[in-house]
Amino acid sequence: MTTLPLGAYRPGRTWLHRLPAGAKLLALLVTAVVVTVVRGPLSAVGFVVLATALVAWSGAPLRRTLRSLRGFALVAVALTAYQAWTRGWAPAVETVGDLLGMILLATVLTTTTAVDDLIDVITWALGPLRRLGVDPARVGLAFSLMIRALPTTLEIALQTRDAARARGLGRSPRALLVPMVVRVVANARATGDALHARGLGDD
Amino acid sequence: MGRIQLEEVTVHADTADGDLLVLDTTTVDLTERRIALVGPNGSGKSTLARLVNGLVEPSAGRVLVDGLDVVDDGPAVRRRVGFVFTDPSAQLVMPTALEDVALSLRRTHRDKTARRAAAQLVLERFGLGDLGDRSVHALSGGQRQLLALAGVLATDPDVLVADEPTTLLDLRNARLVGDLLLGLEQQLVLVTHDLELAARCERALMVDGGRVVADGPAADVVAHYRATA
Repeated sequence: MTTLPLGAYRPGRTWLHRLPAGAKLLALLVTAVVVTVVRGPLSAVGFVVLATALVAWSGAPLRRTLRSLRGFALVAVALTAYQAWTRGWAPAVETVGDLLGMILLATVLTTTTAVDDLIDVITWALGPLRRLGVDPARVGLAFSLMIRALPTTLEIALQTRDAARARGLGRSPRALLVPMVVRVVANARATGDALHARGLGDD
Repeated sequence: MGRIQLEEVTVHADTADGDLLVLDTTTVDLTERRIALVGPNGSGKSTLARLVNGLVEPSAGRVLVDGLDVVDDGPAVRRRVGFVFTDPSAQLVMPTALEDVALSLRRTHRDKTARRAAAQLVLERFGLGDLGDRSVHALSGGQRQLLALAGVLATDPDVLVADEPTTLLDLRNARLVGDLLLGLEQQLVLVTHDLELAARCERALMVDGGRVVADGPAADVVAHYRATA
């Protein structure tokens, strides 16, 4: 079965795996700021090369990672065309390169960090907001559900596509989209029931 | 053994066709260790089971688990009552098997290392010890249902409600999960279409048209269901 690399933790012993989850999250945040501030297509290309090297180092299957970027490729083509038309080629390469690099770095984060660790960091980081009524544990759980939702939604999309094809409706957007949306919503409700039944979020 | 009481419980549901009576003025007192709920699709047996965990709230009447009202004492009831769904996919909320069980243990094990060690022990108890780092999406149907069970039983609830837990499984896994459920120490409320499994319980309730139409020793109720179906 095809799954998005984002959300697929792969245990390992690399330095990236051993790095604390908080440090990796912070590094991701700082990198996002830096690549936004630093201008120019060359830095963006360098960023993509560096991020690709980190993906390879993390143990994420490179071929599957690239395959999963096909969806982004459609956006990238449209974005590049629009940016090139309105601002020129250099800003287009910079924008798309920065976006691609950040997606790859996010993949490195989820490949080398157990979600359990991410929840702990988020819960710790949001601790001071308890006074304002924020429930850090609940936010951490929501974060894990968001990561989990990516492969689940993809799985539902593939099942819906197969069902549409089996009925000879593989080219009908309505036959694909309507049941998929209904099933994703049904899955979200079932997940809510399951969380409720497990008492998660009661505290 | 625990005590589950439904006192004149009625459940209505809003549907596109208007108000639907799902469960009609039902009173039962469940104290046996293994209780089966049988009946046709849409009869109200799943609704009855969901009342026990507070997933469904009664429109009238009340539901008590060991004296605790499922509406007023919801969190306390959910700590006592575990729930296993037909489709384990919706129940598994973490990316890997170990993390999903560890999630259940967050309340009781604050220390991460201890939590993971406890989760690993739970996985081994259910024969999933080698699959801790496996993505839940890469598990077979039987393994997913076992993992869902492990995640629920990790917190050691007093009561387990299982809503058709073997329906999506092949014969071998259905037997495996069925045997495991019937062998549990916990009080079990089992919604099932597997009449052989139901007959192995101590007591069974047959639900039809939103009413409990037969209640007694499981073998007798199952025989009645077979004769009237």
